[in-house]
Parts: sequence; C-alpha cells; structure tokens
Amino acid sequence: MNMNYTAEELAFRDEVRAFLEEKLPADIAAKAKGFRKMTKEDHQRWQKILVEQGWYASHWPEEYGGVKWTPVQKHIWDEESSAYGGPRTVPFGVNMVAPVIIKFGTEEQKQYYLPKILNGEHWWCQGYSEPGAGSDLASLKTRAVREVDHYIVNGQKTWTTLGQHANMIFCLVRTNTEVKAQEGISFLLIDMNTPGITVRPIITLDGEHEVNEVFFEDVKVPVENLVGEEDKGWTYAKYLLTYERTGLAGIGISKAALSHLKGLASRRLKNGKPLLQDPSFSQRIAQVEIDLMAASISNLRIIAAVEGGGVPGAESSMLKVKGTEIRQAINDLARRAIGPYAIPFVEEEMSLDYEGEFLSDENAAPMAAQYFNNRKLSIFGGSNEIQKNIVSKMILGL
Amino acid sequence: MDFTLSEEQQMLQDTVARLVRGEYSFEKRLEFSETELGFSEDFWKQLGELGLTAVPFDEELGGFGGGGVEIQSVMTELGRGLCLEPFMQSVILGGGILSQAGNKDQQDKYLPGVASGELKVAVGLQEPQSYYNLNEVETKAEKSGEGYTLNGRKAVVIGGHCADLIIVSARTSGDVRDADGISLFAVDPSAEGVERRTYPTIDGAKGCDVFLNNVKVDADALLGEEGKAAEVIEYQTGRAIAALCAEAIGCMEEANELTLEYLKQRKQFGVPIGKFQVLQHRMVDMMSELEQARSMAILAASFADAEQSDERRRTLAAAKNVINRAGQFISEKGIQSHGGIGMTWEYSFAHYAKRLVMISHQLGDEDFHLERYASLLEAS
Repeated sequence: MNMNYTAEELAFRDEVRAFLEEKLPADIAAKAKGFRKMTKEDHQRWQKILVEQGWYASHWPEEYGGVKWTPVQKHIWDEESSAYGGPRTVPFGVNMVAPVIIKFGTEEQKQYYLPKILNGEHWWCQGYSEPGAGSDLASLKTRAVREVDHYIVNGQKTWTTLGQHANMIFCLVRTNTEVKAQEGISFLLIDMNTPGITVRPIITLDGEHEVNEVFFEDVKVPVENLVGEEDKGWTYAKYLLTYERTGLAGIGISKAALSHLKGLASRRLKNGKPLLQDPSFSQRIAQVEIDLMAASISNLRIIAAVEGGGVPGAESSMLKVKGTEIRQAINDLARRAIGPYAIPFVEEEMSLDYEGEFLSDENAAPMAAQYFNNRKLSIFGGSNEIQKNIVSKMILGL
Repeated sequence: MDFTLSEEQQMLQDTVARLVRGEYSFEKRLEFSETELGFSEDFWKQLGELGLTAVPFDEELGGFGGGGVEIQSVMTELGRGLCLEPFMQSVILGGGILSQAGNKDQQDKYLPGVASGELKVAVGLQEPQSYYNLNEVETKAEKSGEGYTLNGRKAVVIGGHCADLIIVSARTSGDVRDADGISLFAVDPSAEGVERRTYPTIDGAKGCDVFLNNVKVDADALLGEEGKAAEVIEYQTGRAIAALCAEAIGCMEEANELTLEYLKQRKQFGVPIGKFQVLQHRMVDMMSELEQARSMAILAASFADAEQSDERRRTLAAAKNVINRAGQFISEKGIQSHGGIGMTWEYSFAHYAKRLVMISHQLGDEDFHLERYASLLEAS
C-alpha cells in the first residue's frame, strides 16, 4: 500500500503547474473559477495552447498527436488544471469521437478527422439522445437508409450540447429495423453544413443556451462516413460512454468548486461572523469535504487499477453517481451561502467584463443559476438511475 | 377536529382558483414576467376589484377581517399559478405592518389604497450583511428637526421596483444586532436620496436594493413607537411566513401533479417510466413531503393571526423549516424524474422548482428556522 506519488509523478506535477502558471490565460482562469460564461473563442484559445504543448489529446496514440500519459499523469493533469482554473475540455471531439475513430475507424478516417480535431477545424457535437430515446437510448428512431454510395438520414436528436457551435456531429442512427434494437444501430459522422440539417436552441431553466435540438430531413451522408461496420454502432456507442463516464465524476472540478465555496463562506456573514465559522454552515461544508475526500480516493483506486492494466467498468458508473451528487451538494451550499442574494438574477455580473458595483459578493451572481443548471449532472451521460442499473447488473449480478 | 374549509373559505379559494385558471396560463405568466413591471397590472386590478386584496382588512376597507386560513386559501391558488403580483409583500406584510403599527392618521392615509390594490407597498427589512437576521439593522435614522434622516441600504426588496410606498426598518438607537432600537418608516420611493437598483429575480419576479442617502422624512413617517419595531417585524413576518407556506403548497401540488402525469405518459423500455419501482418510491416520497408540508402550512395558518407567544414562534419556524426542505426535495426529485425536459425554460416544471427553492431564501432558510426553533425549545 502506497498512496504517494512517485518522484517521477511529482516531477510531472511540477511541470504541469509551471505550464499552467505560465500559459493559462488569466481571463479564462477567472471565468472558470467564478463560474462565468465561457465563449467558443475561450475554448479555442485554450485548445490552441494545449495543442502547442502537445497535451490536448493526451490519451491518443503518439502517432496521432498523443503523449501516452499514464492514468496517474492524466489524473494529475485533471486535478491541477481544475485547481488553476483551466476550463473543462469540450469533450465531444477529442475525448469522445476520437477514441472511437482511433479504435474502430479506417486509416483514412484517422488521417482525415484526427488532425482536424487537433487544429480546431472541426467542432464536434454528440447525436445520441432523441425525444423518445433518453435513458432507453437503444430505442432511437433516427433512420439512415443506404442508397448506393450514401445514406439518407431522417429524424431528430436532442440535448445536443453546444451544437450551435459545431460543424460536425457523430450520430447513432438506425440502419436496420428487422433486428433487435441494439443490433440495428450504426455510427455515422455527419457534416452539420449538409442541406437538411436544422439546429434549434433549447433554453434551460437558468436562461442559458447550452443544448439544442437537431433535425435531419433527407440528409445525404456519404457511406465513407460510417465508422466500423453497419449495424454495429451500439458496441462503439458503449465504448464511448465508458470514456464519457470516467470524466463525469468531476473530482477535480468539485475540489475547485469547494475551494470557491469556502471563499464565499469566508466572506459572507451571519450574525457578524463569516459563515465558515458558523456552527451549522461549517458542518455542512465539512460534510461535503469529507464525502469528496472519500470519492477522490475511490477515484484514485480506479486509476491505480487501470494503471495496473485493468479496465474501468461499472466502477466508473458508481463514481459518476457519487461525484455528481457531491458537485450538486457543493452548488447547493454555494446558493445557500449567499442567502437572500440568491434571489436576484443579475446577469450582467456573470460576465467577466462587468465593471460596475457588485450587488453583493463579486462571486454571488452565478450561484443560484449554477445550482439549477447543475441539476443536469445527475441526468446527462446516462442518468444516475441508469448508472445504478449498470452497477446492479454488472457488479452485483442482480 | 375539522380540517375542512368553511363554505365561505371554500368559496374564496374557488374564486381565486377560477381567476388564476382563466387569466394566468403558464404562457401568459412568461409574458407577464418579461414586462417592465414584472407582473400583470390587469390581474392585480382584478384582485382588487374582486375584493381579494382587501381580504385581511376590516369591513370598512372592503374586507371581512380574513385571518390565516383565508390568506392561506388565496396564497395557495396564487402559488399554483406562479403568480407574480406583490400580494404577499403589499397586502399581507405591508398592510399588516400598517395595521399593527400605524396610528389612525397613517392607517387612514394608506390602508384604503392597500386594500383596494391601488397603493402597492414593499417592505425592506434585510440588509446586505444581515443574512436572515432581521434584527441586524445598520441603516440609521437620526432625528433631524421635526423628522428623521435615513442612511443605509435595504437588500432584496421584492416588489420594491414598482412600489408606491416602501416601509423600511432603521436603527434609532442600540447596537447593530439589538432587538431594541429598531424603528419602521414609511418612505416615498420618489423622495430625494432614495435610489433603487432594480433587477429581475431568478424565479421570474422583480425586486430591488434600496439605497437611502440622507433621506429626510417627517415625524409622521415613523410607524409605531420609536425603537420598538422588532416585535411588529417579528409578528408580521410570521404572518408572511404562513402566507409563503401556503404559496409553496400551491407550487408543490402543481409540481407533483406534473411529475406524476409525466411518469404515467413518458415511455422508456416499452413501458411508462412510472412502472419502475425506483421512480414509484420517489414519487411516494414526494407526495409524503407534500403532505408533511401541507400539515405545517395549515398549522402555520392557524397561528398566523394568533396572539404572539413562544408557541406561535416555534410553530412558524417549524413550518418554514419543513416547507423549505419539502420544496427543495420536490423540486430536485421532480427535475430528476422528468430528466432533461424538467430543466427546460419552455416547460412549466422548472419554474415551479425555481419558485420553491427561492421561497427557501425568503424570510429564513432551513438552518435559520431550525436554529430559531432550537433556541425556543420547550424544557421537558
């Protein structure tokens, strides 16, 4: 049993810290730390810096631009980057479609798509959920019918995160209606500029435009955009979802959010004393910090197992549930910490360019919106109920 | 023992319910929310014309001296419609303070307008650093000539943006958290030195922070005895808490109906998702939370207009504690049971969730009322 980093890992951490200190733009870090709005341009600027450093696609094979970090190194990066205010990588290209292309795509597809993900020419979004297919993803109905050298796609995708910025979408489509639901699905890469595609915004309860509906009407997709074999898409989809889940626990993000919460609680007063010294509030913070401590060790145990050659399976589902509950608990406390000032919705103070007087604490404005917005954490990437079904089936054999 | 409403009370509730159903569709509510006023002027007028804004006042003001249960009937239905009008702020809290603390002249001056709805009152009791402690008053009222000069800032005054009269607490003596030395003043928002920073609220209404810079008021702006307002504030915010509890019940009933309906019609894996036991049990929990909350709202209503006592204080603290927790539970679990659709702007559920969670930020959160209750625990 040894829970300490090795000398090499410590040296790597120093390298990461030095890089973040030097290269992470201050305005982007301030936005991430203060839960302020990140623009497409912010993401692209940071991506360019990471690509130059060679750290953007760290988990890809070296021949395509990866660096073969160990799971521990990846973990160190996640923790440090969150702590310094590095924005969360928009995962759809680099972390989702890329691993599928690398594992199941043709050499031509790898040569064509991977460099475009790196240089930012392609901004990907995910076409999985449909109005009738959420938790029951395999019941999806978007239809792709093959006609000689192309498919004709008709249907609708929904909850497409940042689809308004995307020029590429990877889609699960039904290519065979004669077989079991899971066996008739294919994985298609579609150019968003193809005629017949319409993107419609979905505004969420906090007034944000993050997700979209995407409609397909007789959309012509060349057959070379099929990944792997026709009707085998479900296998690729599941492979991708394991990748998605590992990141969803968000331990690093929770640590940053907790530190932000403590800052808030040290400035907001109750009976003249900081909330951080208030018996009941400090106990609430202590409780969530303890839970986060436990989850971060659970996370390390999974990482160590993977480092030793294991494959993360249903454990990542367990961690997704815990991790999202903890993040939501932190958001809940941040909302409570600002007391009556949770009620005003002062949108202008959520922008980093705001130069006026703050209504209360400079970090107060986004807190209630953030609390409501992050109800999504226990819904997306496979709802927490679905994650528990996976654990109950795969680990417990129930 | 009888928990049913009297015929008159039931008629009152039905009147409001009909009005809300007819005038306050969810789509209209979104439109009202986006206007500069932030609510429907027309609906507010109708509340006045039907005598609803007069309910708690005496007959000579057009009311019938309605107590906690009558207020509960009105507020529950306003809650069900997510109504944005300042009924609680103006009629219950503002009108209550004027009735309890105002002298004859002040009552004659203001109450007819409050009861008819023509005069909108907002009440500023909180301050930027006060959190939920309404005895924490830094705003100062200094005697000057015949009147007073007010300096300070009142925080998150819901309805203050359009109020014709703002009642504020200010300190005339004592230390910052002393109960003694707090006074109430009726301030004309257009008076020199009054500035308002107006904002929308996250639950769709509007409010403001009120800045008082050397605001001169006459001696007759003082409501009640100088330095003795803490009791009035405690009593009247108790009535307002009972009203918020009733509003929350309307929101929770509607929220649970929406969730239940969704569980029945939304199909996944070939069956309505309500067939899954995990969602059934959760829905049952949401229903029992609502029933717990309803019990406390009824209890709170029965104490709202009772004489002040530790029992009244305890009951109202307990009620708000239960309502806050139930409201958050029903909001969070309801969103989760809906999935993504529960988080969208265009579907009403999210708006109920936002209102319910924000009710927990009005007049004391869960911890505030738990501590208050603990401080009043009866010895065994």
